[in-house]
This record gives sequence, structure tokens and C-alpha cells, in this order.
Amino acid sequence: MEKKTPAVKMRNITKRFGSILANDKCWLDIYRGEILALLGENGSGKTTLMNMLSGIYFPDEGEISIDGKPVVIRSPKDAFDLGIGMIHQHFKLVDVLTATENIVLGLDGKLDLKEAAKKIREICDTYGFEVDPDQKIYDMSVSQKQTVEIIKVLYRGADILILDEPTAVLTPQETDKLFAVLRNMRNDDKAIVIITHKMHEVEALSDRVAVLRHGQFIGDMLTKDTDAQEMTNMMVGRPVTLNIDRPEPKNPKPRIEVKGLTVRSMDGILKLDDVSFTANSGEILGIAGISGCGQKELLEAIAGLQPTEGGSITYIEDDGTREELLGKDPLSIAEMGVTLSFVPEDRLGMGLVGNMDLSDNMMLRSFRRGRGIFTDRRSPKKLAETVVQELEVNTPGVSTPVRRLSGGNVQKVLVGREISAAPTVLLTAYAVRGLDINSSYMIYDLINRQKAEGVAVIYVGEDLDVLLELADRILVLCGGKVSGIVPGRGATKRDVGMMMTKMGGNQANA
Amino acid sequence: MFDILSFLPRAVMQGIPLLLGSTGETLTEKSGNLNLGIPGIMYVGGICGVIGSFLYEQKVPAEAMNGFVAVLIPVVCCLVGSLLMGLLYCFLTVTLRANQNVTGLAMTTFGVGFGNFFGGSLIKLFDSDVPSIVLSNTNRYFAASLPFAENMGAVGKVFFSYGWLAYTAVIIALVASWVLNRTRTGLHLRAVGENPQTADAAGINVVKYKYMATCIGSMIAGLGGLYYVMDYAAGIWSNDAFGDRGWLAIALVIFTLWKPNVGILSSFLFGGLYILHQYIPSGMNLAVKELYKMIPYVVTIIVLIITSMRNKRENQPPASLGLPYFREER
Amino acid sequence: MHEKTPLFHITKRGALPWYRAWMIRAIGIIAALILCALVTTVLTGVNPLQVYVTIFKGSFASARRFWDMLQKLSILLCVSLAVTPAFRMRFWNIGGEGQVLIGGLATAACMILLGGKLPNWALILLMIASSIVAGAIWGGIPAIFKAKWNTNETLFTLMMNYVAIQLVRYFSVVWESPKGSGTIGMINQATQAGWLPEIGNKYLLKILVVAVLTVGVYVYLNYSKHGYEIAVVGESERTARYVGIKVEKVIVRTMLLSGAICGIAGLLLVGGTDHTLTDTIAGGRGFTAVMVSWLAKFNPIWMILTSFLLVFLDKGASEISAMFSLNQSFSDILTGIILFFIIGCEFFINYQIQFRKSGKEEQ
Repeated sequence: MEKKTPAVKMRNITKRFGSILANDKCWLDIYRGEILALLGENGSGKTTLMNMLSGIYFPDEGEISIDGKPVVIRSPKDAFDLGIGMIHQHFKLVDVLTATENIVLGLDGKLDLKEAAKKIREICDTYGFEVDPDQKIYDMSVSQKQTVEIIKVLYRGADILILDEPTAVLTPQETDKLFAVLRNMRNDDKAIVIITHKMHEVEALSDRVAVLRHGQFIGDMLTKDTDAQEMTNMMVGRPVTLNIDRPEPKNPKPRIEVKGLTVRSMDGILKLDDVSFTANSGEILGIAGISGCGQKELLEAIAGLQPTEGGSITYIEDDGTREELLGKDPLSIAEMGVTLSFVPEDRLGMGLVGNMDLSDNMMLRSFRRGRGIFTDRRSPKKLAETVVQELEVNTPGVSTPVRRLSGGNVQKVLVGREISAAPTVLLTAYAVRGLDINSSYMIYDLINRQKAEGVAVIYVGEDLDVLLELADRILVLCGGKVSGIVPGRGATKRDVGMMMTKMGGNQANA
Repeated sequence: MFDILSFLPRAVMQGIPLLLGSTGETLTEKSGNLNLGIPGIMYVGGICGVIGSFLYEQKVPAEAMNGFVAVLIPVVCCLVGSLLMGLLYCFLTVTLRANQNVTGLAMTTFGVGFGNFFGGSLIKLFDSDVPSIVLSNTNRYFAASLPFAENMGAVGKVFFSYGWLAYTAVIIALVASWVLNRTRTGLHLRAVGENPQTADAAGINVVKYKYMATCIGSMIAGLGGLYYVMDYAAGIWSNDAFGDRGWLAIALVIFTLWKPNVGILSSFLFGGLYILHQYIPSGMNLAVKELYKMIPYVVTIIVLIITSMRNKRENQPPASLGLPYFREER
Repeated sequence: MHEKTPLFHITKRGALPWYRAWMIRAIGIIAALILCALVTTVLTGVNPLQVYVTIFKGSFASARRFWDMLQKLSILLCVSLAVTPAFRMRFWNIGGEGQVLIGGLATAACMILLGGKLPNWALILLMIASSIVAGAIWGGIPAIFKAKWNTNETLFTLMMNYVAIQLVRYFSVVWESPKGSGTIGMINQATQAGWLPEIGNKYLLKILVVAVLTVGVYVYLNYSKHGYEIAVVGESERTARYVGIKVEKVIVRTMLLSGAICGIAGLLLVGGTDHTLTDTIAGGRGFTAVMVSWLAKFNPIWMILTSFLLVFLDKGASEISAMFSLNQSFSDILTGIILFFIIGCEFFINYQIQFRKSGKEEQ
């Protein structure tokens, strides 16, 4: 097996984005009849490397050869011609077109949608996909869209397939189905690369694993010859223990009481269905669920950003005074004297303004302070300096636009600002997404400190391992409904996983 | 009394420049380029045709003129002129990724100025001895209607009394519609305008499609300027006569919800609204006529508001309209 | 697949120091000026150096010209100041033309209907108030629909221009003087009722008003809470909502301001300069202002420079066309050329072309 010529040979690939080095003299071999897991932390350059193989980016330096022949891949078209197809994490589909139109996009020859639809149905039958070729993309669920993406690649007869974190949006059942398809393709002598950072997927699916770290190639080996610990060490660069501190909550008191909360999206889809729970002070309430199960709507409803259909959200002060938050916007919530901090999922699109510098971003929360029509620019600047210093933000200065910072530093700025307000409630969504291990631990630490100070923390996470170690209680959402609340201590991954999918599994896709 | 029989043909003739302009702009917008330079391009198209014809008429006496050449020269000049404008717009917005609104407005400033400058200075620049630009001989070849139109009474007047460029405009709109909806090129173009990242990943040459659509769109719009001066205005160029029709053409694109075939009747409707004030008896009150001239703009505003309120997925502008595309954007 | 490696490709630049950015722009303008001279030489046969001298004369040959240039500059700057707050909010207000016209219409209405019936100071106060209100309404209408239903503001404001033009034409006939001319003529020529007073000379008042406005708009945008809200809404509406900014309110408020300043420009034109009203009184400044503002990166102080550049060119080109009895539109052509170059050179500020380092051989 090792004697074969690699289907793809990448050598000394370097790619820069401005001053950021995304790939640094990277190597990679991909073989036919194999599933290769490309493993690495977020930001380690996996996606960039594969984008260069699929013609989205062009490498600054380095060579690529396919089946031993050196090639130049200048555009996705070149990649297709070489039999390379990539399924991106963010789907590359045109919303207002149908599945068929999307699948034949970019091909040559006369446009015959009927013929194409027939061929698509054949592919569907072969692999057991369920897709209506005439359905518009904007009517489709996430997993249907992914299926369209995969069919698109197969339709073009690709024999080198790259999948970028394909399971992030899937239910376990859908994941199993996908893995079965991928194994079929491997047996068909196709070369398959799956980008992931989930260890169990590597172990369950791949034949070989290659590890990247900080844009560099660290090594590759057969999956059967390695184990999770070794791979983690290679990813992180030093032995790590997945140990997150979890002190006992001190004197928890109900702080936020949600009752019968119902939210419908703009398109009329039920996003939250009769959700009830209580979040206590001095406690971390974890929210688990497959992505798109109402986590975003839940947090935004509490923060006053999401129009609701029914129910109530009550804020309970230390002395027992109760105040209704529902129907108030962020400004009136703040005016009530409730300090509610929110670290949203979309950091640069919602939490921060990418084109503004650090001090101006600090001002987002404080610019209304003081009388008069002018803003106070001094205290935000001071706050920015404090945050930079205390959270070890890596930035040229406080007058650098935040979009120039790396993901971890952006998050530190955001979290730093949000906790500087001394909140009584802290909402966080995917607080460590895209962060390296060090930054992640710093964030966990900050959250724990807030908990110790008696803040009611609501933590939406995607990594069950982290949730199980960090949260005092875990609320599991499934298709907009609460499928259960379990204590964080003693719960198992299997139990929570079951609850994430046990009911309304279909609704989650709706 | 309201004279419908003279109103309809005039509404159509008013509508043809709008139809060409809006068909061109629709193609352009489908590629994601909001070309606010269309008014300027229509001026350039018109004046380039005029320059060509002017020189031809100056060189060749009326009797010796060849009908085919007399038509070919202004058409080619017009197409070349508006193509150059389209290329300039693309170079700035696609290759150099400049802001589309600013580029478009600069093109309109330039284009209108170009038209009026040469319109006003042509005679002097070529030391000609004519008092004004009247291309009546060329006009004959542009305005020639179908021979049997006169024998068919009202039907002939309403349907067959126009010059060849008018019918060409309708055909262009139908072809554009067919290309957009039925061919692979059209599918790719729509994808480019909706989501260039996706189109790029699918192996479509985004830059090429943007250039092609915008340049062809510009040439079609340029023909609108040519039709106006050669046919509608009887070959007489006067500065600023073309007026705000270019902007009206852009308004029409919204009115038709980016559908060139719908544009055919809509442009005639707009043409009708444009001249309605001449047909509504207002007695001695000349001021009221000015208020009637407001109607097309008010109607466009209302359509704009209604479509935004209904917010239907298919009726929205191309999703990437106005945004530059850079593959390695991060 | 045996194509050559591409020779170069384009990447985004990091931040350039400001002086290098302005150096690139200066090179762009110089290149454009060279091309302008060449075009002029081709059309007129005059030698290129003479072209520059003539252009320069357009603004600086006499004190009167210089003042006139300053006045034109202030009016253009005034309209540019007006549209700038909206642009900072990414609201493409290209309806400056209509907003100026409506402001002028309101001014003229006061002068015609109330001239002689009120003391002059009261009349002028009323003119100021009505022009501001009229402009604000004209700017506010598209803003309300944008805020409520996200109606495309570029096209809405554009159409509002023509509605305003027709309104002006309507009143031009209603108030025509002399009868049958279809134009308003000089308003209150005998009494000079409602004519804005002169300070020093007939230009200075307008220049001072605009100077004050420039500082005001600069401070408002950069140091006030409203200015900060505008910037946040412009960058990201979601962020604005997240921190509790009422986006709809900011959009409408900013456009009211935008329209109001346009109204003032209308007031200055009708009450201070022309003393009459025509449908061309705004003279395309609503569109030119878009470019002035954009070229200056929406910074009111830089806008003094960019509007100077455009007015200077405009006057210079008029001089050339007068000298060679060419058409007045010649200045639009020169302006267009300059604009294309400046628009184009932004690319070299934001991007760089990278040549491939290792010239490796294929095969």
C-alpha cells in the first residue's frame, strides 16, 4: 500500500494572507483507495491547504503533482479537470437556483436540465441519497444542501474528494450515513480527504491521518498505528490534559427564569417551542444541541434581540424582585439596571465592528455614558489597554482594527469587553470556536471566574467533552424543544448525545 | 380628446430607448454589476453614431449614399463607443475592484459630457459649414417602416410603423430573456450575480462573465441612444435632448424585476407615461403638464416600495449586486 | 495541464502608511492631468503647457475669479457635507440634487409669497427654516422606507430627484415672470426682499456658512454619540442592534440631517447667489458630491481638497472651452478622466501585485 504513487503530492506549499502565514512549507500525500483524515486545530491551515488543491487559492510557493505529474491548479476548473472535488464547510450553492441547476453549474455543453435530473436520480439511487432535483436550495435543510454538494462532486466524476468538516452540521444518524457512503467510495478506489478536528471521527473512519500545526506539516501515519492521545499531542505540540476546572457553585440563586418561550423565524419556522428553564447565579448552565436547534434564538431572545411569539423571561434580582425581560430591547434592558453581557457566535458580524480599532470597539457598550452629545474616548481606550494587558491580546496596539487580529485575539477582545461591565448574567455562544488550545483555556478560566463572582453563565457549546467538564448543569435542545436538563457532573457523552437526537430529529432539519 | 391611435405608436417609440437601456442594464446587473453609468453610455452610444454618420454625410452626397453603409457606420461606431465605456467600467470595478456607485456616476458625468461636448463642438472641430447637426438622410434609413404598414390602417400604424431598430430592440429583449433562463451561459451568469464565490468554486470564470455581460449590456444600452437620435429625433442631435431617459431605464429594470421579456411591455408603458402629459387635455394650464411628467418616477418609486414590502425571494435583485468580488478575500 | 505558472497574482495589502497612500493618489492625479492635457492638445492644437496655464487662469487670473471659485467650492462642499453622514452609514444618498432643489423651492416660495409682507429679517429666518425642513423631508422619505422595508435607497433617492425637478418646473410656470416665459426670473429684484445680506463682498457669507458647516459636520461625525452610532450602523446593522442602537431611528435621523444640509445649499443658491429658481440650479452637484465625498474617504476636511480639485478643473476647462469656443461640457470630460484615475488608483492602495518568487521550471 505504501509503495503506490500518491494520487496527490504537495510539496513545500506556502501561503500568506497579508502578514499571516497560513501554510508554511507544507507537505501532504494523498493515496487512492484510502480515507485520509487531515487533522489539526482550528487555524492550523487545513482548509487553506485544501483550498489550494481545489483551486480556490493559489499557493505563493510550492509544487503540486497529481499521479506523479507536476500540475498547476489556477482555478477550480483546473481542479475539476484533474478529478479533484471539494465539499466546503460553507456550502457553495446558489440559493435561488434548484438542486439540478446548482449541480450542473460550471459544466460545458448544451443545457439539458431534464437529462441532468435523470442522472442525478441515478446517483441518488446508487448511494441512497434523498434529494428532489427540482427543489430550490433556499427551501432545503442543511443536510440536504450537503447532499447536493456531494452529488455535485460525484456528478463531475471526481475521484479525489475533499470534505471540509462535513459532520459539523449533521445529526449522528446522518453522520453514519455519510460515513457509509465515504467507505463505499474508498472501496471504489477514490482518494478521500476529510478535514476534521474530532478525534473519534478520525478513529472511526480514516485509514491514514496527517496532522498540521501552525500551518506546518507535522507528520502522517496509519490510523491503526496511533491513538487519540498521540494525535492530540501532535496537534497541540505538547502533551495536554483535557482537564477543565469546575468548582462547586457557591450559593446559587435563581437569576433568569424562562417559561414557555416560543420563537418563530422570519420564514415562519418554529425555532423554539415552549422552552422553560431556570439559570442560577454562580453556576454555568451549558446548552447542548446539534447546530441550528434554537441555541442562537434562545440567547438572542434573552438578550432582547429576537422577536418572540410567547412565553416569559423573568430576571430575578438578589432581593427577589422580579422583572420581565421579554419584549424589551437591549437598551431598555440596560436601562432597567440589568447588566447582561452577551458574547455572540458571530464575533465580527455582531459582537464587534471589524473595521474599528480596539478602543472604538470597547466604546460599543459605553458610548452612551455621560451627559452631552459628545463621546468619551478616554475611558474606552484605557479599557482596551487593560484588556490587551490582562488577557494577553496579541496586537500591534489599541488603534489596530480588530479584523486584523487572529480569531483567538478577537475573541479575547470581545470577552474582555463583555465581562468588564461586571455583568450579572453572561451569555456565550461557541466561545472557543476557532481558538487554539491556549486561548480556549484562557476563556474557560475567565468564564469560571465570572461564575465564582456569582454571575449566571449560560454557555452554548458544540464540543460535548468540554460541556461535560465545564458546565454545572446541561440543558439539551433538540429541534427547538428542551429534551432534558442533566447535571454536568456524572452525565455521559452517550446520554447527552442521545438526548440531542432523541426527539424531533427531523424537526432539527426543518 | 384622447387620441389613442397617435398615442400608442408614440408611446412605443418613446419606450424603445428605455427598452434597450433596461435590457442592457438587466444583463449587467445579472452579473452583479450595478452600472449607474448607463445614462452616460447611452449618450456615448448616441453621439458616436452621430459622429460616424456626420462624417459619412459630409463626405458623400445624399444621392450617392448607400443605405446599408449609412446604417452600418453609425451602428458600428455606436457599438464601439459603448463597448469602450463598458470595458472602462469593468476595468475599474472588476479588475481594480473600485466602488460601483462612484464609478458609475463618474461614467455618467463623463458620458453625458462627452455627448454634449461633441454634439456642441462637432461642427467646429471638423470645420464644417452646416448650422446644426441634422442627419436627415441617415434618419431615412433608420426610420423606414415596413412597406405594407401604410396599407393596414390602424393595425399597421400600431404594429408595423416603426424603424428596424425598434424591432431589433424587441428581439434583443426576447433573446436576452431566453439566454438568461434557458441556456447554460444564462445559468452561469445568474450564478455569478447571485453568489460569485460559488460560481468561482464551480469553475465559472467570474471575471469573464462580468466583463462579457457588462460589455454586451453596454452595447445594447448604447443602441438605445442611437435609436433615440437617429429614429425618434429624426437624426437631429441637440444637447441634453436625451435627458433623463438613462435613469428611467435603470428604474425600469427594477420595475420589471430583472426580466427583459417583461421589459418590452413595461417600457412601452413607461414611454406612454412619459408623453401622457401631451395627450391629456389641460386647457390653458401649462403648469399641470409638468406634474403629469412626474408620473413615471412616482410609479417607479411605488413599484420599488411594493417589491421591497412583498420581499419575495425570486423578485429580489441579484444577491451580490454592487459588491466587488475578490477570490482570496478573507 | 501544461500551462505556465501565472506570472503574478493579486493579494490584499496590509495597512499602508497614510503618506504612501496619498503618494499613490498624487501619482494618479498627475497621470490624469497629463492625459487631460493630451486630450486638450489633440482637440485644440494648443501646446500642453499652455493648457495648464489656461486651467490655472480659470481660478486664479483675477480676484473675482478667485472669489467665484471659492463660492463654487463652498456650494459643492456644502452638498458633499450633506451626503457624507448618509454615506458613513452606507446609505447611498444620490438624491442630493433633489434635496437641494426642494430647499431652493422652499426658499423661493417664501421670497415670492411673503416678500414685502414681512420684515426682511423675519423673511430670512423663515427662508432658513423652510429650506431646512423641505430638504429634510425630501431626504427623510426614502429613509423611512429604507428603515422599515429596506427599500433600495440608491434608486429611491434617484427617482426623488426627478420628482423634485418636476415640482420646480410646475412652480416655474405657476410663478412665471414675465408671463408666458415659463421661468421665474429674478425674484424681488426691486426690493431685494429675502436676498441674503452681504458681508464684506457678495461671496463671503456663503463661504463662512459652509466653513462653519464643515467643522460642524466633522465634529458631529467624529466626536458625537450620533456620529458613533452612524459609524456602527454603517459597519454592521447587527452589531448596532446588539448594543441597543435603534437602527431605524439612526437611518431616518441621519437622512433628515443629510436632507437638511442640502436644503441649506438650496437656500444659499436661491437666496444668496442666483436670486431665482430654475430646475438646473443644483447643476449636477448632487452627483458630483457623491464623488467628492467618496474621494475624500468621507472625511469633511479632506473634502475641501477634493471639491477644490473638481471646481478648479471645472473652471479651468470652462476657460479652455471659452478660449477655443468649444462646448462647455468639455469640463465634464476632464472631470471624468480625473475621476477615473483616482478611482482606479485606490486599487494600488488596497492591493498589491505579487510576482512569483521562485521562477521554477515546469517539467
